[in-house]
Amino acid sequence: MTKLLIKGGRVIDPAANLDGIRDVLIENGKIKSIGPRVKGQGARIIDAKGLLVLPGLIDLHTHLRDPGRPDKETIYSGSRAAALGGFTTICCMANTSPPIDNPAVVEYIIAKAKAESIVNILPIAAITKGLKGEEMAEMGRCFGEGAVAFSDDGRPVMRADVMRRALEYASQFGVPVISHCEDLNLSMEGSMNEGAVSTEIGLPGIPALSEEVMVARDILLAREFGRVHVAHVSSAKSVKLIRQAKREGVKVSCETCPHYFTLTEEAVKEYDTNAKVNPPLKTKADVKEIMRGLKDGTIDAIATDHAPHTIEDKNVEFNLAASGLVGLETGFGLVYTNLVDKKIMTLKQAVAKMTASPARILSLANKGALKPGADADVTIIDPKQEWLVDPAKFASKSRNTPFAGWQLKGKVLYTIVAGRVVVKDGKLAV
Amino acid sequence: MNKVKGLKSKDLLGLKDLSVEEIKLILETARSMKEIMARPIPKVPTLIGKHIVTLFYEPSTRTRTSFNTAAKILSANITNVQMSTSSVVKGESLIDTIKNLEVMGLDCIVIRHSMGGAPHLAAKNCKAAVINAGDGFNEHPTQGLLDIFTMIEKKKTVKGKKVVIVGDIAHSRVARSNIWGLKKLGAEVVVVGPPTLMPKGIEEMGVRVSYKLDEEIGDADFINMLRVQRERMEKGLLPSIEEYSELYGLNSDRMKKAKKDVVVMHPGPINRGVEITSEVADGPFNVILEQVTNGVAVRTAILFLLLSGKES
Repeated sequence: MTKLLIKGGRVIDPAANLDGIRDVLIENGKIKSIGPRVKGQGARIIDAKGLLVLPGLIDLHTHLRDPGRPDKETIYSGSRAAALGGFTTICCMANTSPPIDNPAVVEYIIAKAKAESIVNILPIAAITKGLKGEEMAEMGRCFGEGAVAFSDDGRPVMRADVMRRALEYASQFGVPVISHCEDLNLSMEGSMNEGAVSTEIGLPGIPALSEEVMVARDILLAREFGRVHVAHVSSAKSVKLIRQAKREGVKVSCETCPHYFTLTEEAVKEYDTNAKVNPPLKTKADVKEIMRGLKDGTIDAIATDHAPHTIEDKNVEFNLAASGLVGLETGFGLVYTNLVDKKIMTLKQAVAKMTASPARILSLANKGALKPGADADVTIIDPKQEWLVDPAKFASKSRNTPFAGWQLKGKVLYTIVAGRVVVKDGKLAV
Repeated sequence: MNKVKGLKSKDLLGLKDLSVEEIKLILETARSMKEIMARPIPKVPTLIGKHIVTLFYEPSTRTRTSFNTAAKILSANITNVQMSTSSVVKGESLIDTIKNLEVMGLDCIVIRHSMGGAPHLAAKNCKAAVINAGDGFNEHPTQGLLDIFTMIEKKKTVKGKKVVIVGDIAHSRVARSNIWGLKKLGAEVVVVGPPTLMPKGIEEMGVRVSYKLDEEIGDADFINMLRVQRERMEKGLLPSIEEYSELYGLNSDRMKKAKKDVVVMHPGPINRGVEITSEVADGPFNVILEQVTNGVAVRTAILFLLLSGKES
């Protein structure tokens, strides 16, 4: 545990603009040194020849269902799913039961993570009490306990005045407000993207506008009052709005999720509830613009929006089915297969979206890079290995993925958290 | 288990999934069934020992009675289960209900549900034949088939004919089943209704969209009027029922523009004075009650095609 030498791997460290063969020496949970040939006397050696050595992946958007729904996920199971997916740090959303809207729940998450988690867990606290969108939660005290951002994710803050105050108030802590952009009046009782496909299969639609008008609103609010991070961007128009806002210097960042550049609304055509997600999957044109946004930097980060649900929540009528899909264990594979292997982006660009960018958004000084002194969070990938998505093998308690049976490229072999090997040869080591 | 000639699937979920040959087979079989219905004793022993259940999560008079009559013509047993709407949300899941019905030895489940895709979910989870008797605003295939049956009865064919479907297209399963079937059989379909009741991308189903009923009536061979629900007003999709009537209702004034041999249809139940006035609904061009009779013939044909020759 104390000394570990990762030898001869292709080290990709976007923060240092590095893509080359290097050795990485880890000592006492920190990166000790990195270079073409590093001596590590007495160190345990991992031969990384032919493998990719990355800063540990960071997921900005995870639902751990803890506290409240241990049948869907817990900190224990979710952290193992994360580790298998190559994530060394995950940020858990506040829509638990009870929600993370007060310092005691933040404290609970941190204590439980310390006891049960094999990766770093950073809690995101609620913007408003009870996620009701009305009164601000005690952001300061939650921040004091360790919250790294604020979000009512799962629900929008519908009232512009409340969002305004939240942005203003949060700005004193230097952490972002993460916005779930959805106008509930526009989405009404919809359960998939509104358009030719929803018309064809007779399901109530959610217009893309439901996301876009709120992205537009939040950009306008952020221009005046603070800093906003837009969660799970799914529509082309949202990307364009954010691109323009960034050009104008608005403090806005955003993430998309692997399913938004991998799938279109066609995935729900046979009423596959595993492809029911909020915001809903959109069209080919949206996928194209998401990819463009990832490439030109409009979209800062890729997050999983890991949303575990039970079979009971999914194996029902489409309208009744819960929204969301599990993403931790397929996230990197989808990025590698659909963006890197298909040459949409360079490996360095893609890795940045899951390491340096999330670290920058959350101002995590010691994460997302492999510089000496940083936390020794490292992910090692076999880029050539193809693997089958088999939900039965998930460490997550839930199986709700539309990617079952898919063949993906890029297999996580090692996940190292603070110098501790938690995944070895693609299997849990702890 | 014998594969019954013609129908590929064990279920009838929608006209979307049927081939032209299958549609023609059903219509042809329905004609034979209509002959049986005209006999002094309209009953044949074909489905003796078969057991059918109607599982309705939404109210219905016409469709359920029609299926009951059809089952009796074929000598099948039929049981009616009425689920309260609340049981959709809480209580037993649809899959559990279906599985329970199946182990009681049922051969066929006729299901109506307020949500699109519910019959598909049922069909995937049982071996019995599942017939969609209307799912949300997806499809109502037996209605679509009986409408087409009636049209062909009146004008020999629908190929090249202009069918105008008027009303709440967005929330209409009848419209969708009509469109799928009519397009497959070569009809020209125009959907007419206010933009707030027109579903996005409907053109991709091969229809033309119009907001002007008056401009579409003149050369129409068939006018199919849909029921408009008051709920649409409560949801803010229409300013008032009166305005709707004025813009999209079928009345005798408008009928003056129509061809002399136009056929006026309505799937029922009719909101008299809303989408259609009594004068027109009961007038010389209407075939509304014939549709109901034909509904029995079509449903008898479907039960026959799905269930005869299959082991109980």
